[in-house]
Amino acid sequence: MIKLQPRSESSAKMVIFAPVLAIVLTAISAMIIFLWAGLDVWNAFYVLFVEPLTGKYNLSELLVKAAPLMMIALGLSIGFRAGVWNIGAEGQYIIGAISGGAVGLYFYDVQGIWLMPLMALAAVLGGMSYAGIAAFLRTKFQVNEILVTLMLTYVAILFLSAMVFGPLRNPNGFNFPESRIFHDSATLPIIWQGTRVHIGLIFALLFAVIAWFMTNKHVFGLQIKISGSAPRAAKFAGFSENQTIWYTLLISGGVAGLAGLFEATGPIGQLVPSLPSGYGFTAIIVAFLARLHPIGIVFSALLIALTYMGGENAQITLQLPNSITSIFQGLLLFYFLACNVLIEYKVAFLFNRAK
Amino acid sequence: MNYQLELKNISKSYGDLKANDDISFGIHPASIHALLGENGAGKSTLVKAIYGSIQPNEGSMQWLGQKYKPNNPFEAREKGVAMVFQHFSLFESLSVAENIALGLDNVDLNEELVQVIIKHSKQYGLDVNPHQTVGDLSVGARQRVEIIRCLMQNPKLLIMDEPTSVLTPNEVADLFIALRKLSEEGCAILYISHKLDEVRQICHRATILRGGKLIQSCNPQEHSKSELAEMMIGKKLTQLARNNVVLGEDIFSINGLSRARSNMFGVDLVDICLSIKKGSIVGIAGVAGNGQDELMEVLIGESHSDVGVLTFNGQNIGDLNAHERRQLSMFFVPEERLGHGAVPEMDLNENMLLSRPQKSEMTSYGIIDRNNVERLTQKVISDFDVQTPSSKMLAKSLSGGNLQKFMVGRELIQQPDLLIIAQPTWGVDAGSANNIHQALITLAEHGSAILVISQDLDEILTLCEQIHVLTEGVLSPPVNMQDDALEEISQLMVGGSND
Repeated sequence: MIKLQPRSESSAKMVIFAPVLAIVLTAISAMIIFLWAGLDVWNAFYVLFVEPLTGKYNLSELLVKAAPLMMIALGLSIGFRAGVWNIGAEGQYIIGAISGGAVGLYFYDVQGIWLMPLMALAAVLGGMSYAGIAAFLRTKFQVNEILVTLMLTYVAILFLSAMVFGPLRNPNGFNFPESRIFHDSATLPIIWQGTRVHIGLIFALLFAVIAWFMTNKHVFGLQIKISGSAPRAAKFAGFSENQTIWYTLLISGGVAGLAGLFEATGPIGQLVPSLPSGYGFTAIIVAFLARLHPIGIVFSALLIALTYMGGENAQITLQLPNSITSIFQGLLLFYFLACNVLIEYKVAFLFNRAK
Repeated sequence: MNYQLELKNISKSYGDLKANDDISFGIHPASIHALLGENGAGKSTLVKAIYGSIQPNEGSMQWLGQKYKPNNPFEAREKGVAMVFQHFSLFESLSVAENIALGLDNVDLNEELVQVIIKHSKQYGLDVNPHQTVGDLSVGARQRVEIIRCLMQNPKLLIMDEPTSVLTPNEVADLFIALRKLSEEGCAILYISHKLDEVRQICHRATILRGGKLIQSCNPQEHSKSELAEMMIGKKLTQLARNNVVLGEDIFSINGLSRARSNMFGVDLVDICLSIKKGSIVGIAGVAGNGQDELMEVLIGESHSDVGVLTFNGQNIGDLNAHERRQLSMFFVPEERLGHGAVPEMDLNENMLLSRPQKSEMTSYGIIDRNNVERLTQKVISDFDVQTPSSKMLAKSLSGGNLQKFMVGRELIQQPDLLIIAQPTWGVDAGSANNIHQALITLAEHGSAILVISQDLDEILTLCEQIHVLTEGVLSPPVNMQDDALEEISQLMVGGSND
């Protein structure tokens, strides 16, 4: 009989080994899917997992996709530690892009170094206020923040459509539902010439360091940790539950809003209805793959970005449907959560002994 | 004659530590057998071996002359061993009946079960309401639920881990009636305690452990209390005394605190008035569940109170949170250890940070100074004799008594001007309880004020010169400390529970 027995302390080896095991299991499952679909397994593997790591274009696009995932996941991870479940980063991401983008469009063709910071500020405030709705409802009326943030995502998607069909539509755009293309001062600086890798990546890495510092060295980290695991002890320590909810939602909302603006003014270059690409939802996977660890998120964001790239490649080269990306992300998270059990539990093989 | 359970040369080691070293004794059927010893004496390990949670390295056990070797608690329960743990294993969000149904093998939740619970409750005088939610019950009532759950299994051997540490004298008396009845009906009871009076009163045999070794098995009635204590501790206890009580001016007062209950099983606090002078130890006696939790919540600052209701050094503190109150040098030890006064999943260093004043050497600008935290934690561990391999241990891995020592030490090390402490010595062994009491007395002698909320009347009578009784959310005026004080306190305590 195989049995799971609790470990007396969590295994440090397994913290490293569990993600590796999850990746191996995902690869094995992928192999089975490819065989079943009648594909050349090794070629499929190459297209999905190796090709995205070769060449300037592929590598740079990997980083372009990883940056917003990193940022959003870092913001979310803080709330998740405190047991505040912001599921609607996608909505805050959109609102951030709209509010920051609107500022850029208002100052269309006005040049100045001040414009981008102003837009960033607007984006952060936009994302914060959108997440703030959930915080307000939760702290005032005990409304579940999972529902509010999730529902507001759909409101945000429709609001974006309303904006690009209406007030923010390009006056010279032949009625296409798009904004103007952001002018130079309202476009994100590129940090790797000849690619789309923008300054957002630097921000993401900076946030990772700040988040690591706050969670490990600062009382704030203690506050969110206790609020999540022992609410009564948090009160005993003098931490206000409402304050924790406000802080975590505002932080995750603000960061998601900024990520949205970066996406709109960076790789895309204008506001379009197709802006919401699911980064806000995928970031939840990114955060949990990293076990909510800020530095781990940097790596898990790269890993998930790889599945995005691989999925795109597979569409082009192997004529596989786009859902292949979601399948791999889902498999990865599934195996990862399963393997995580090994951190707290060990597998014991018990042989039937005569009674 | 066969023993109900006989232990032969039981040994169990954890690494280098010999938790049990060659222990042999027998429990007669239908007898009440005490297992005495301090924290870390090896009582828990031995009991776990009997209950099948762990397997001893050496030695054997016999059940009515038959080989007995439980591989897990399930097998032990099948034999007829039941146990009431010191840390209750109840789901707070479920009702009493649901908890009992969940904890038993082969029992369905239905009206029949409810009737059986009520029957057992009446038969043994263990007052519980099957439909009440456990989260709203006092510690004493939760224990009654645990006991009834054990009784439903018709045990042949009932193990009770420090059952009276949370009970009032009346509740203890009721419990003893129930236990005697059980033993007369043929159930053997293994009674783990360090309260020597009780052991001498109720137990037929006593086995004393110290440092993992068996010191003696004897008839406790043939030995004096101090002889038993000496066997248990290995040295004589120092006598506690409050000699030089010097009272200063008022430092803290509660003026007409009223508060409606927050849930249907809570208690309304009604017009509570109290004032404490510098250098004094004030006690609030009373049966658990009479408003102690609600009062403590207000005192800690977990819920706010109106202007003028709470004053500290003349300043209104009703709207300050716990953190801000600590800055004024008020410190607190709540009754619940895990999940309230300490976070189970965090190590001692991190738990040290729970109780810190706003300006503390442990943090600067919110940044945690790990070295200072570690140093203070080590000081608490050594000053208060907390048995732990290191300050990196998770709070949940410490025994109840050790965690209590840590929590009391954590607050005392801050030299508070006012210490509010609930159940200071719950689950702590006699030697350590003595140390905690001594530390409280010393603190008062240095001019600090202390408010003790306790169900342990002996404790209150030893420590306090001003005693109030809390019944049904009403606080009595100070009891007149004349010869008949005990009588008066008992009556006040009963007054509320006989509704």
